Amino acid sequence: MSKPIIQMIGVNKWYGTFKALTSVNFTVNKGDKIVVCGPSGSGKSTMIRTLNWLEAHQEGKIIVNGIEMHKKMKNVDEVRMDVGMVFQHFNLFPHMTVLQNLMAGPMWVRGIKEDEARSTAMKFLERVRIPEQAKKFPGQLSGGQQQRVAIARSLCMKPKVMLFDEPTSALDPEMVSEVLDTMIELAKDGMTMVCVTHEMGFAKAVADRVIFMDEGSIIEESDPVNFFDNPQNPRTQNFLSQILQH
Amino acid sequence: MLFADTVVPDPAVHKPKVMAIMLAASFVIFSLMGLNDTVLGEFMRPAIGEPTESGLFGNLAIGLVISMLFTGNIVLIGFLPFRIQVLVVWLELLLLFLAFFYSFGLDFAFIRSKVWFMISQGVFTTLYISAISITLASIVAIFGAVAKLSSNGFAYAIASFYTSFFRGLPLLMQVYLIYLGLPQLGYVIDAVPAGILALTLCYGAYMTEIFRAGIQSINKGQWEASRSMGFKFGLTMRRIILPQAMPLIIPPTGNQFIAMLKDSSLVSVIGVWELMFLARTLGNKDFKHMEMLITAALIYWCLTMCLEVIQSRIERHYRTISH
Ligand SMILES: Nc1ncnc2c1ncn2[C@@H]1O[C@H](COP(=O)(O)OP(=O)(O)O)[C@@H](O)[C@H]1O
Ligand SMILES: [Mg+2]
Repeated sequence: MSKPIIQMIGVNKWYGTFKALTSVNFTVNKGDKIVVCGPSGSGKSTMIRTLNWLEAHQEGKIIVNGIEMHKKMKNVDEVRMDVGMVFQHFNLFPHMTVLQNLMAGPMWVRGIKEDEARSTAMKFLERVRIPEQAKKFPGQLSGGQQQRVAIARSLCMKPKVMLFDEPTSALDPEMVSEVLDTMIELAKDGMTMVCVTHEMGFAKAVADRVIFMDEGSIIEESDPVNFFDNPQNPRTQNFLSQILQH
Repeated sequence: MLFADTVVPDPAVHKPKVMAIMLAASFVIFSLMGLNDTVLGEFMRPAIGEPTESGLFGNLAIGLVISMLFTGNIVLIGFLPFRIQVLVVWLELLLLFLAFFYSFGLDFAFIRSKVWFMISQGVFTTLYISAISITLASIVAIFGAVAKLSSNGFAYAIASFYTSFFRGLPLLMQVYLIYLGLPQLGYVIDAVPAGILALTLCYGAYMTEIFRAGIQSINKGQWEASRSMGFKFGLTMRRIILPQAMPLIIPPTGNQFIAMLKDSSLVSVIGVWELMFLARTLGNKDFKHMEMLITAALIYWCLTMCLEVIQSRIERHYRTISH
């Protein structure tokens, strides 16, 4: 059995007095594709953002790449370099071209030469199928294209694991599938992924495990077939019946 | 302009009632001014005879003519399209203003003999002191803003003390304190560096707030994306946040520059040969104070008008690239 890339052990987190995560246990092994879902405000974003410590946790252990995340750590940036993150609102750098967005990370924090960074960037732009947009600014692209650039930007850092926080929920409906297709390809290439999403098609296509969260805890975790066809917890059943109603 | 409605009412100045009131009011005012001993009286000599002896009749006649010209002028301007209206009103006000100065009986030969020196020495000094000060103040402001946003108690305390102090004292007092106070501590400082230091510190304090607001207005998603790729604080600030904050920072900084251009006149009190200093001293020997003051005033005005044009270009430029 391979060493886990990410481990959360008994994690508790508070925002002030509000408890956002309650004894979360969670392991990501190399090659895992994990889908996280749950109602709004259930702590999905909080959970995924503690994985690269954009948010701090207060109790329990989070170990990424063998390094424990804590307040006094010196090498948080090294951990983050290896953990790609894709946001709901893309968060591209609007003052830089697409190509510059992709080259920034490798050049500025990995110390990679400009030529090499450019060829890597072009390679990943081709993989997300928008090499012709390289010279444009993010504001000139559609939402779906921007999100694919954001995915390519993360990939240029050669991450060991990719985190996605609702990557398609800010998109117009007709652009959802182009982003999902990119993510499915990525999964097929063996990338380790943790995705917060409500896209059931995506979950069924690639997930090894689906995790259901409610009120800050993981209340169900199973393979996608069982999760969708045979949910155990009544809150999961309720949630699924709501999103599948349409 | 405000968001204009589709329905366009007649201009107020074309309503008979408004015209009548305007005519009556201006007639009363001009008549009460007793204009028959001025150049206007000379013009009216054919109608009213010897102006100085025409008394009440002269005043009323002049008042009537002037008020009719005045009202007619306004009614006519009311017919013009917006841009030409603006131009005509501007020119008329300018002419009135110059006529006002002209009526002082200024010595134009004297002005002509000094104006080149005022520009080559005074404007040059004013501009370079302001330019150096605004540059230094921007650098101070970046550090001030970062310190004010920092979670480090020392940095925050020092920065907020600095801004509070330098925004709380009159600039004139800061100029004196630096020029006269530093030598007390054993650092003799020339007038020009003292002036630049005072302007830098004072404007740095104001601009700290401009920079702080600019930095804070950047979406936190930009910080998160940078952080999630392992960018350190300085790198994020330099390459991601400040470049995006610049379009928000530069226009108000341009305003500060225009304000500074005028406030730099305060360093004349410590003997820097800038425009204000020359305006006060050049006319002294010949008792031609008014000549020099008015010349300097017009030069300041021209300078700020040029800068305002540049400023509005810059603003438009940044508005178009940010959207
Ligand atoms: N920065 C914050 N400060 C305080 N409360 C927060 C903060 N971020 C999230 N929360 C709260 O934590 C809970 C979980 O939020 P979140 O993780 O964003 O949920 P989800 O992504 O599942 O919709 C919500 O109740 C939310 O209001
Ligand atoms: Mg969320």
